[in-house]
Amino acid sequence: MIEATQVATSPEVNKITSPAGLDIFRKELDSKLDPNAPLLIVCCGTGCQAAGSSEVVDKFREVLSGIGWGGKVIPLVKPTGCHGFCSRGPLVIIEPQDLFYQRVTVDDVEDIVNKTILNNEVIRKLQYKPANSKEVIPRASDIPYYAKQTRLVLKNIGKVDPTEINDSIVRGSYSALAKVLTRMSPDQVIDEVANSKLRGRGGAGFPTGLKWESCAKQEGTRYVICNADEGDPGAFMDRSLLEGDPHSVLEGMAICAYAVGSNRGYMYVRAEYPLAVKTLTAAIRQAEALGLLGDNIMGTGFDFKVTISTGAGAFICGESSALMASLEGKVGRPRPKYIRSVEKGFRDCPSNLNNVETYANIPDIITNGGDWYKSFGTERSSGTKVFALTGNVYNIGLVEVPMGISLMEIVYGIGGGIPNKRSLKGVQTGGPSGGCIPIPHKIPDINVGYGKLAEAGSIMGSGGMIVMDEDTCMIEVARYFVNFLVEESCGQCTPCREGLIRMREILNRITQGDGKEGDVELLDEIGNFTNNFSLCGLGTSAANPVLSTIRFFRDEYDAHIRDKKCPAGVCKPLFHYDIEAETCTGCGLCKTKCPVKAITGEKKKTHVIDQSLCIKCMECYKNCKFRSVKIM
Amino acid sequence: MSGTACQCQEIECAEVEIDYTLLDKIIRDDYGGNREAMIMMMQAIQRVYRFLPEAAVKYLSQVIEVPLTKIYEVATFYASFSLEPKGKYILSVCTGTACHLRGSGGMVEHISKRMGIAPGKTTADMKLTLETVNCVGACAVAPVVVVDEKYYPKADIATLNDFMDRLDAE
Repeated sequence: MIEATQVATSPEVNKITSPAGLDIFRKELDSKLDPNAPLLIVCCGTGCQAAGSSEVVDKFREVLSGIGWGGKVIPLVKPTGCHGFCSRGPLVIIEPQDLFYQRVTVDDVEDIVNKTILNNEVIRKLQYKPANSKEVIPRASDIPYYAKQTRLVLKNIGKVDPTEINDSIVRGSYSALAKVLTRMSPDQVIDEVANSKLRGRGGAGFPTGLKWESCAKQEGTRYVICNADEGDPGAFMDRSLLEGDPHSVLEGMAICAYAVGSNRGYMYVRAEYPLAVKTLTAAIRQAEALGLLGDNIMGTGFDFKVTISTGAGAFICGESSALMASLEGKVGRPRPKYIRSVEKGFRDCPSNLNNVETYANIPDIITNGGDWYKSFGTERSSGTKVFALTGNVYNIGLVEVPMGISLMEIVYGIGGGIPNKRSLKGVQTGGPSGGCIPIPHKIPDINVGYGKLAEAGSIMGSGGMIVMDEDTCMIEVARYFVNFLVEESCGQCTPCREGLIRMREILNRITQGDGKEGDVELLDEIGNFTNNFSLCGLGTSAANPVLSTIRFFRDEYDAHIRDKKCPAGVCKPLFHYDIEAETCTGCGLCKTKCPVKAITGEKKKTHVIDQSLCIKCMECYKNCKFRSVKIM
Repeated sequence: MSGTACQCQEIECAEVEIDYTLLDKIIRDDYGGNREAMIMMMQAIQRVYRFLPEAAVKYLSQVIEVPLTKIYEVATFYASFSLEPKGKYILSVCTGTACHLRGSGGMVEHISKRMGIAPGKTTADMKLTLETVNCVGACAVAPVVVVDEKYYPKADIATLNDFMDRLDAE
């Protein structure tokens, strides 16, 4: 990734001193753009970086600079934020052809330059082929994973270089801010946001317009805070927005500040996201240098300064009052909210806290109007939502879909279905405080929206969506989330602190084969107590993973407790593997894969597992092409 | 307050030399001695020493006039702070949901067993600290292991064994 110091905002560009000046500046930038210039877009989101995309960028630059171009335009290498299609990374898109290359390694770079760039020749092995298909799809925009999404919030991601503000400005960044500063009163801004029916994207779904209105009514210093403490395991929407399009979030915050009458903003970012912190820091500096943030924005007399504060690894700090305590340098313990933080929050002053994705929606709502936004989604859940689709599904990554879309469409239409010939067992939404929705067996399908998810015992949450196949043990999943919450509970109120520990104790016992009659009833009782009597949002939803699995997967609890069996083959004391003689072809793959040499058998004859040696590591089960390894 | 004492007496631990000019730079210059920035200051100190040395924490307490008990409370509340010295390498296994479903729990167990340390602890020779992290957001390449900011995508027992073999050979 480009270092912040390399930022190319040229020093000779003077501050933009009027909203009209922004327009002139954008037109100037636009006139310099050549839509036919060759461009190599390399995804540098965390997923692609983990797979080696930074090295790919460096190699491209090295190879391109080593060629004599003889007057031809040298292709520009553009590292961008997360494109979302993480399971195929590192991704390279070649413009203007919109050619999509996947899983590009350093060794492919010379080939791409020599064949594709210089000779217009497509490299077939790097092209995308959907699962179970032999046909390649050459263009990025034709790939169903992208084509079936509605990208409003993510529209710039993968298109702009997040380290270069001009790249965002040319695509319209800060024009909504210019509009509110010149043509709208704070009340009109709040009305427009309220009209859009946008609800908080952090999880609770509180109407954003209403929150802004309550904050604007208060007296004295007001703060605008962005919650970027994305702690849900398995969720990375906010990280991708901050890393891929930081200016949309900053612009949203500035518009909010104008509407509620604030001139100080804070961004609370999770410290586990170093790249996001670096990108944001550079983005703020560039916006201030151009006069788009800071003092006297665009010469209008409106001031708004944003400061970044990093979290220190506490899930509870995603809760509003805990986050504000942490911003003050204290431990993040939530307080009772008889008085809401819009009245008394950070430094005991009125504070408007919204999530990253909520702010990122604002500029488009201002530009296109609340009616436009409402045309997406449903009556009660308007607009789109970004989900992090992970788990046992082909296409892992970020997806943005209109609210109200069918969950089956997300899993099969966009996600490409379940790999390894397994079947779908359920989808977990809402992070550790969410629930498992048992599609397609117990509930055929569900339309994703705040209300519908709640009816199914889950929550929208911030947007984690974990697909689970038949090999997932629901009791183990509940144990995993409860264990996570035990670690993350702040410990000040008894129902949450003690309730979680007791639930973990019982779930541990069940998964180890020591469950007894009455355990499920006890879990249910403790769970309801925890949810009803805890102090904060974390505590009052802490038992959801337990309660929702009891509701939909009671048979699995019974199998563990009464039959001492784990049907999914996850809880080690409760199952063993056996090879089915009728279907085993004796191919020997399991024997080679077994790390403890527990499998014996001659070629083309049925193989046998020595139970005394088997460590139940799943290798044979996972690798058998004939599904002859059975869970017993 | 015995908890703030360096808990590594049994393992050989070189006295950490504190550079007070550097601490001043962090506390006074970078953050203007502002108490609200205490967490950020502690993070900056930890970046220098890889843990929070007792002497540095005491100095911070004096300069910003926050009782040591308050700093101790913060240091033990947030998962990213450590009052114990870290090993030469820090190996973090992601235990986020996607990684968990793909077996990261077994990997933690494996390293624990082979190196003889519980998660959060450091080997006696100060070479390796084993940590778990709740999610690094690289779910597509789960399970992920991070060694000193380098990501190992789709890690398995073999990747870990390779790493530990190299460590043993050092």
